[in-house]
Amino acid sequence: MTTDIGLWGVPLAILGGAIRVSTPFIFVSVGEALTERSGRVNLGLEGTLVFGAMSGYAVAYQTNSAWIGLLAAAFFGMLFGLFHGWICKLPKVNDIALGIALMIFGSGLAFFFGKPYIQPVAPHLPAISLGWWSDVPQVQAALRVNVLFIAGIALAIAASWMLKNTKVGLTIRVAGDSADAARALGIDVNRVRLWSTAAGGALAGIGGAYLSLYYPGSWNEGISSGQGLMAVALVIFARWSPINCAYASLLFGGAGALGPALQSVGVTQGYYLFYAAPYVLTLGLLIATSSTTRAMTSAPGELSITK
Amino acid sequence: MNHVLDKTPHPPTRALSLETLGMTMRFGNFTALRDVSIKVPAGSFHVLLGENGAGKSTLVKCIMGFYQPTSGQLTVDGREVEVAHPRAAHDLGLGMVYQHFTLVPSLTAAENLVISRADVPAKINWAREREALAAFMATMPFQVPLDVPVGRLAAGEKQKLELLKQLYLGRKFLILDEPTSVLTPSESDELLGMVRGLTTSGDLTCLMISHKFREVTAFADEVSVLRRGEYAGGGKVADLSTADMAAMMIGEKELVRSAKRVETSGNVVLEVKGAKAPDRSGFKTIEIGDLKVKAGEIVGIAGISGNGQMELMQMLAGQRPLDEGEIRVKDTPYKATRTEARKFNVRYLPEEPLKNACAPKMTVAENIFFRDFDARGGKNQFWLDTRRMMAEAARLVGEYKVKTASLASQIASLSGGNVQRAVLARELTGEVDLLVIANPCFGLDFSAVAEIRARIMAARNAGTAVLLISEDLDEILELSDRILVMSEGHIAYETPAASAEIGEIGKYMAGHH
Repeated sequence: MTTDIGLWGVPLAILGGAIRVSTPFIFVSVGEALTERSGRVNLGLEGTLVFGAMSGYAVAYQTNSAWIGLLAAAFFGMLFGLFHGWICKLPKVNDIALGIALMIFGSGLAFFFGKPYIQPVAPHLPAISLGWWSDVPQVQAALRVNVLFIAGIALAIAASWMLKNTKVGLTIRVAGDSADAARALGIDVNRVRLWSTAAGGALAGIGGAYLSLYYPGSWNEGISSGQGLMAVALVIFARWSPINCAYASLLFGGAGALGPALQSVGVTQGYYLFYAAPYVLTLGLLIATSSTTRAMTSAPGELSITK
Repeated sequence: MNHVLDKTPHPPTRALSLETLGMTMRFGNFTALRDVSIKVPAGSFHVLLGENGAGKSTLVKCIMGFYQPTSGQLTVDGREVEVAHPRAAHDLGLGMVYQHFTLVPSLTAAENLVISRADVPAKINWAREREALAAFMATMPFQVPLDVPVGRLAAGEKQKLELLKQLYLGRKFLILDEPTSVLTPSESDELLGMVRGLTTSGDLTCLMISHKFREVTAFADEVSVLRRGEYAGGGKVADLSTADMAAMMIGEKELVRSAKRVETSGNVVLEVKGAKAPDRSGFKTIEIGDLKVKAGEIVGIAGISGNGQMELMQMLAGQRPLDEGEIRVKDTPYKATRTEARKFNVRYLPEEPLKNACAPKMTVAENIFFRDFDARGGKNQFWLDTRRMMAEAARLVGEYKVKTASLASQIASLSGGNVQRAVLARELTGEVDLLVIANPCFGLDFSAVAEIRARIMAARNAGTAVLLISEDLDEILELSDRILVMSEGHIAYETPAASAEIGEIGKYMAGHH
């Protein structure tokens, strides 16, 4: 049964889309925010995300448990992060070049191991219906919220709190802002960055598992449309704040839902253009918030892209 | 504060005494420190004087455990100690304030203090930490805002915070490495006065590295002078004159004196009118109302770093677009393109030349040839004339005494003074009508400084208009014909150098007027 709710469908679809599409962005960008706050950029998260999607799906299918699949994705993501962190520690390694290599390596590896899992159907991650109070099915559909979305929001808040209120958080910020100061304090900068990259990798793996285990909810080679890369851009746009990363992801997810939403209410002209909305939005925001003469005050001082 | 001390093995509660005995440090064939013995009694304020490369840093690094001396002993409070690494020095109660800031810019003062402790709890209880910090601050003779990111504090505040940090960590012997190089005269006096107070009351012993005789005579008890890695003399400050100390520092060496000032009068070459541009952060505006530099005159711009001098340099060099106003050279609007710079003979010597005026990985010859590689006698050249380049470079390297292994060495492999000389050689060659300079002598040693200043003076005498932006007030006073003070993004004060008063200039530098 469907109720005709007319143009109200557009904002509703955008809200639903924001919640559904944003989850992987939240995980990847919060993870990358942690990595970058420690002074390193991991561009390889796109590869990590795809491998997480594959490994999560495969393990979920084999064990018949989406949760074990999720854990496996996080584990493999962490391995990718550790690999990146370990190589970057070697002299004369550029983290950006290595990230690009890992991006391609991760995707390739995932396609190689993932061939047998394109057909089978794995169990899905559970969702919570927050739309029970409404009779309108569109509202109910928009408010079917996956547990990972809630976990992602909690994660963003927890990460922000951690950066301010814990020894680990302060240590990460010191390592990311001034390696000299960190060494003077007796902090092993490479170790901090290694584990920050590992945490970022694990979170990107979870983001990938969300793709294959909930939305769209299957494994194939086109599963990621560059979410891992866009999330890295989101971190810069969010000025390295995990909470802002969550907001930026929601905005991005909402913009992504604009195209399908307009199509559903009958706007047929140029809706492909609306599919590009999130990218146009990101570009526009980056241009609007950037400046040629002003220094980015919130950027971690040790990043190779801002140095 | 108490719980900090509880964790330290044997927390010293009073000022420590320290002595080095026959300290020698060799790096391969090079002896950086030879048989140096100094004695710093508890509660004294001791100054270590010496030129760049005299071994001061090596000595304090040996004390702090960064280096293991080749031979020699270190005694703290009468007991012989072995300092294997900086941590061990900290456990003994020795601390150091570095020339560059070791604070983390994006963290607040409170966060910086707490994270520097050895026993930070996994979860920081900010309410309790704040209380402890407030109690600690109450015992201190000076205050620093605790909740602002350190990057936004003024240099003087940062340096105070560095000092506070050492005291917060319970250090009782402090090494200060040129702590006032980034401060105004009044900020320096305030900071050193505080240190003086702490030493007099017996809470602290201080060993300070310095170049400034004024600070030595005003605050220190005793002085030790190093020259080329050896102890060159020392004693009670009361018994020594500045001339004595200078003689110990420099030894038997002839300095290049600045050439005599020749009477000149020329037309206005550079004129800045109502120029406005945003500063680095974008929150403030740099506004230069009226600035004129005439031929044959050096106009010095004094000011504490971060008051808009860097932005002014960028405006003049075309790196920072103007919102309003204009820059005119020889009464023509000037946008600092390569063509215009060539036409009007405008040359630049920016600060940190290796970063701002060189291609570090290209050779010395190529770097020296940057002004001329694409033109000869007003005609554009397509092919690089290597033979002319080598000849020119060889001539200039000889003339400016640039010490380099060969013309084909990377310029980044040269020492700071030689990079500065090479860039100066490039910028002063040919006809120069306007020379814009920023901090030309930063980090260079005595003789290099004297020589570079003489070159600038010679250019002035030959009729070049010189705009000198410098954080070194002595340099401004020595070279300038007119002195301008820049504060908070505008020119706050102007005086002819002949009748300049340091006190007045200092006041405007600090922004109090």
